[in-house]
Amino acid sequence: MAAPFSPPRLLPSGDSAITVEFSRRIDDEASRRVLALDRILAREPIAGVSETIPTYRSLLVHYDPTKIDFATLGQKLAELAQRPVPASEKSRLWRIPVTYGGEYGVDLEDVAKMLGTTPDNIVARHVAGDYRVAMIGFTPGWSYLSGLQDFLHTSRRQNPRLLTPAGTVSIGGVQTGVQCIAGPSGWHLLGCTPVRTYQLHRDPIFLLEPGDRVKFYQIDAKTYAEQDRAAEHGEIIAELVAA
Amino acid sequence: MTKLAVSSISPASSVQDGGRFGAQRYGLTPSGAMDRLGLVAANCLAGNGLFTPAIEIGPYGAAFKAREGAVRVAMSGTPRVAEIAGRTVAWDTSVTIADGETLKLGLAQGGAFSYLAIEGGLRGEPMFGSFSVNARVGLGTPFPRALQAGDELSVAAASPGPERRIDLPQAVTGPIRIVLGPQNDEFSNEAVTLFLDSEWKISATSDRMGYRLEGPVIKHLHGHNIVSDGTVNGSIQVPGNGQPIVLMSDRGTSGGYPKIATVITADFGRFAQIPAGTAFRFRAVSMEEAQLEARKFAELLRTLPDRLAAIESFDLNIEALQDANVAGVAVSAVDARTWQVSLPAGVLTQE
Repeated sequence: MAAPFSPPRLLPSGDSAITVEFSRRIDDEASRRVLALDRILAREPIAGVSETIPTYRSLLVHYDPTKIDFATLGQKLAELAQRPVPASEKSRLWRIPVTYGGEYGVDLEDVAKMLGTTPDNIVARHVAGDYRVAMIGFTPGWSYLSGLQDFLHTSRRQNPRLLTPAGTVSIGGVQTGVQCIAGPSGWHLLGCTPVRTYQLHRDPIFLLEPGDRVKFYQIDAKTYAEQDRAAEHGEIIAELVAA
Repeated sequence: MTKLAVSSISPASSVQDGGRFGAQRYGLTPSGAMDRLGLVAANCLAGNGLFTPAIEIGPYGAAFKAREGAVRVAMSGTPRVAEIAGRTVAWDTSVTIADGETLKLGLAQGGAFSYLAIEGGLRGEPMFGSFSVNARVGLGTPFPRALQAGDELSVAAASPGPERRIDLPQAVTGPIRIVLGPQNDEFSNEAVTLFLDSEWKISATSDRMGYRLEGPVIKHLHGHNIVSDGTVNGSIQVPGNGQPIVLMSDRGTSGGYPKIATVITADFGRFAQIPAGTAFRFRAVSMEEAQLEARKFAELLRTLPDRLAAIESFDLNIEALQDANVAGVAVSAVDARTWQVSLPAGVLTQE
């Protein structure tokens, strides 16, 4: 029987990690295959594999070379990557509130101008999206979402900002995302969410998992202030709609 | 409660252990000691578990005072002049700081980081199973930041018993070994050859997040933007300006620049210890060789406690010599590196 998929590339990331690369670009099929392999490794652990890091197009597999070698692990990963990707893998759906524009999303007006439309239309299009957490990286809880509609694709800022606020919801290139900790960013800031995707003394510490679905909804500044206080005290705020 | 007070300390000094692995998929940086051999050696000397939290000391000096009791510490990693109340303390040994006394450490000599382990470790609650400081994210125990003069660390009182020394293997020298990839195909063969054949220096702007390299410009084949993927300790990424950056313990968990090669596990600590401005080279090795070296390095760390020895016998010899009234000269004649007692000819034969 012919293999259902083109085999991924097995790239050495030093002597203790393999990058299983499904694509060189951001593409939804690659992302689904990454998340599928990630789930297989969670359910059927391979001795010696210590952790996996999903990204848009590849799965980084950390392992202990005193327990398994590159060739043996590579072969196993290549085999597992041939398994069919379940059509309707159950995934959690989160509804996340966002205050758009003004001081919460300083780039909303500019993005509307750039795309030749109104700020309200940008917000309407952004909340209409059904997104998926493709990866979490850079800083704790920084969640990169796939599924941004073509109309909202932009080039990144010429001059990245050195500091963008905690809770920022932004767009950049073909992606949208939620950042938890203040930090540098070259993306366009549309709004702010009171939801903490990472909070140290809360259970769970990390709210979102790679593979989770996310929908945004709009709240006003007063609701933001109330929810932000509650979130500060450990409330999750985001609604889990489906599991 | 016995305390170790930080009287002064080099910038870039922090509490580090083996790191917090396991949550990189949520963007959590592992952190951990830059030179694991140094951390493990110091902990062995202090009688601790191999990856017990210790103080990683940056290139400048430091001073630590014992309060409300004596504190046993141990030093390893890049050597420094060490002294307590004017008495020189040999490097790669444990030593007990008496209550009220101060251990003074000089500049790092020929490296970047030294490790001060404290017998019994440090008191505090780990975060994600680790004490390692990651100041950017506000993690670390007992302080989520670099250590500062005036900090006090709660520690165990020194146990009785002899001090220890350790016979470390001969330091590995020669080029820093790398495995090519994961994105070496983003570079021409000429660019890869230039990378391997050139002399490099570590820029002074380097830190625990990344070491910036100074050398020839390494050009990309298809531009410098790739879709972000995961990073490891020792990933060598090449940003738009063609000057490689080696990702270190406080790296971001993902990155969007092509990675030409990766420093092998066995050489990561040795690379971390190269001082800014010192010239070095890379050498590509096969995956088989890199994994063989990784296994040897893991075995070295595991068996390091077998290399310990008590210093007691020498102390007794010195006391015996003092009792025999043959000299203060004998006390200072212990060679700090070999622990051989060398005496001027004729001393022992004196009447």
